[in-house]
Amino acid sequence: MSIETRRVLALHGGLVALLIGLHFVLPAYHHGNLARIMVLASYAIGYNILFGYTGLLSLGHALFFAAGMYGMALTIQHAGFTPAPGLLSGIVAGALISGALALLALRTTGVAFMIVTLMFAQAGYLTILYFGEYTRGDEGFVIQTAQRVLWGIDLSDPANRYFAALSLFAICLGLSLWLVRAPFGRVLVAIRENEERVRMLGYDIYAHKLGAMVISGTMAAASGAVYGLLFGYAGASFASVQYSIFPLLWVLLGGAGTVLGPFIGTLFMFYLIDLSSGITSAYMLIAGVTLVALTLFAPQGLAGEVRRRIWKGLP
Amino acid sequence: MEIGPYILLASLEGAVTAAVLALTAVGLSLVFGVMRVVNIAHGEFFMLGAVIAWYVAHWMGGHPALGFVAALVVAPLLVGAIAVAADMTILKRLDYDPERTIVATIGLLYIIQQLTLMSYGPEARPVEAPFNQRIALPWIERGESGWQFYYPWGLSTTSYKLAVIGAAGAVLCGVWALMTRTRIGLVMRATQADREMALAFGIPVEKVYALVFGLGAGLAALAAVLIVPIQQAHYLMGADPLLLSFIVVIIGGLGSLPGTVLAAVLIGLSDGIISVFFSPTLAKILATLLVGLVLVFRPQGLFGTRAA
Amino acid sequence: MSGALLSTRGLSKRFDGLQAVTEVDFDLARGEVRALIGPNGAGKTTLVGMICGRVAPSAGTILFDGEDITGLPAHRRIRRGMAYTFQITSVFAGLSVHENVALAARRRLTGAVRVDAAVSEALARVGLSDRSEEEAGNLSYGHQRLLEIAMGLVQAPRLLILDEPTQGLSDGEIEGFKALIREVREQAAILLIEHNMHVVMELADRVTVLNFGTVLAEGTPAQIHENRAVQAAYLGTG
Repeated sequence: MSIETRRVLALHGGLVALLIGLHFVLPAYHHGNLARIMVLASYAIGYNILFGYTGLLSLGHALFFAAGMYGMALTIQHAGFTPAPGLLSGIVAGALISGALALLALRTTGVAFMIVTLMFAQAGYLTILYFGEYTRGDEGFVIQTAQRVLWGIDLSDPANRYFAALSLFAICLGLSLWLVRAPFGRVLVAIRENEERVRMLGYDIYAHKLGAMVISGTMAAASGAVYGLLFGYAGASFASVQYSIFPLLWVLLGGAGTVLGPFIGTLFMFYLIDLSSGITSAYMLIAGVTLVALTLFAPQGLAGEVRRRIWKGLP
Repeated sequence: MEIGPYILLASLEGAVTAAVLALTAVGLSLVFGVMRVVNIAHGEFFMLGAVIAWYVAHWMGGHPALGFVAALVVAPLLVGAIAVAADMTILKRLDYDPERTIVATIGLLYIIQQLTLMSYGPEARPVEAPFNQRIALPWIERGESGWQFYYPWGLSTTSYKLAVIGAAGAVLCGVWALMTRTRIGLVMRATQADREMALAFGIPVEKVYALVFGLGAGLAALAAVLIVPIQQAHYLMGADPLLLSFIVVIIGGLGSLPGTVLAAVLIGLSDGIISVFFSPTLAKILATLLVGLVLVFRPQGLFGTRAA
Repeated sequence: MSGALLSTRGLSKRFDGLQAVTEVDFDLARGEVRALIGPNGAGKTTLVGMICGRVAPSAGTILFDGEDITGLPAHRRIRRGMAYTFQITSVFAGLSVHENVALAARRRLTGAVRVDAAVSEALARVGLSDRSEEEAGNLSYGHQRLLEIAMGLVQAPRLLILDEPTQGLSDGEIEGFKALIREVREQAAILLIEHNMHVVMELADRVTVLNFGTVLAEGTPAQIHENRAVQAAYLGTG
């Protein structure tokens, strides 16, 4: 194992160890927040695989997040599934929908890709509203505590919830780290840098982008399913445009194309909004200002700046 | 009411939608055509127009027409000025990079929307129309004594709605004349055709961009002032015009003004008529899917001929 | 001939009414070094673009190793043993020199050890061994061209297509390039699009001259040198 690899493993393993340690010291409020942040950061990690590493800017990831959430919640609510098959059906729904959207959207590039993903996600959101009889639309529905017992573990209990969130996060972080160091992930980065050159090295661009989008969408769906299960609620707002913008914001803030960036961005943004909501109800103002400021002054994000200034090998 | 008069009513309502939509969408199309950027905050410029109209009418007092006419002048100018400022402080510094501009205008969307929420508040407020006579409309039907005119109950429009259609038509003609008959229009078209060449010929491209961005936003604001006596001013009202403008601009062929107007009329009218048969949500689902599919399979728009 | 490595028959391309390449029949034997020359706008880049799949032909067929590849997308042609280096250097500027070559190598090799060995060998052949950890975008222009060639070599192609490889190189670098090609030709056929006549004369077995999208002449460098029509095309006289 090279020194570089050891440093990388120490850094990312260290974060997971730190998160385990925080469970024992954090006050209840921040403990609950951190569980939420870890699930949302997993969503952002999924988004980052497509946006940060492959260079495809999707404005429709809420569709995948919601596919996971509703794939889980609807089967539990209406088909009597238990959490394990519920989670699985959420993840499968996300994989199928991201694959289907990829087949269409990858025929376009650039701005057209952004608009196409936006439109299909919007159609998905409206579809959830349209079938309000089952989904209860914007109001959403609660998944009862009794329906949230996975393999005998009550997920509504704060400690269990924290470790469930941490497990998801650790899996997504590990997968992301492994992927970007594997040959497949390296080709994705090369596609981001210079697509035509990659084609002329004999790689199938379409297949790689398709793979990236399905991995990204499935990870987003897994996060959506876990989010619904841990916090006992599914609502249409998770499918709205706002939830497509959030992961973009988190990843831009934390550093696109870095493994840790999504977590850093989610953590910062969560607390930024949390603090500002004490002052004003117009908390999305913070999101807007941050987006504009990032595009203007720090398109690399926080971890991107670290990579540029301190550690060039940061994955 | 029977189905015939009902559809006539729906088409009239649709024509009002189409008129306002055409103005909004032409603004978006102009920005896309000349500057090659997508402005996600376009709907918020629309919303700002309506909110400013409410403020102006509120402050003026007196006869409703007074406030309305003042709003018609003030709102587009003010919104245009805000857009020019946004262009010079943000878009210009991004060098109009298409993807970064989209991200920045999403940020702008939230900034405008949330600042409005903080100052104007969450209420929906009406602006009184300058004139508003009800006009009953006749319908022909074959009765027992042959064809006859009658006035079905509920089949009516207002003089204001007809005026909106007229005003929008006049403004669109104005925009067309501006683009084709004036020097500034020529400069805009030259910039649209070839930015590098325009620069080489000494056209101040950055000033043209600021102007076009302001003009596009001003058109959206004007459309909003026209509609605000019929709808109401609300801080979230920008979402629908944005979506519909997108649909229109993409179906009409990106950056083509005649295509945009044609598509606006088509979408506006069919929106009115489709909502007679389908739920509005289903209509919106179909519309968003249509836009997505058109972009995937016919990126030059339904009416366009060249590759975009 | 026991089947050429690459043949085109009636290959043509029209762009919006402009006939860029007309009915080109072209054969390249195994192990051959072929130069493709012609004035600017003669259709060289379009012809090569059709051969490696970057440009779709309007008419005609392309055979590679006896099989029709006309309908194949670019990446599948590359997989069959073509390698293409870009005219305007097109390395991955943000990645290290090593990673640039490794990307090219990983398509056919698996396992970090084997990839690293192939990368080291390719970099050694072009003389960039001591720069493998540098960011490719920071290399000098000449070194970027050499990196392009290393990316071609590491693919172990049967046909190496080099689009104006000596453009912008110093005299010393051109000497190095010529030595390299003499070595590489032991393993692969080479199609060389080249402006520098000294390079063409020294390296090529045969030369094909393209003018106004058609083959004007074909022969050994000496024959081409003597050919009056070629001289006329280049010098613009009668």
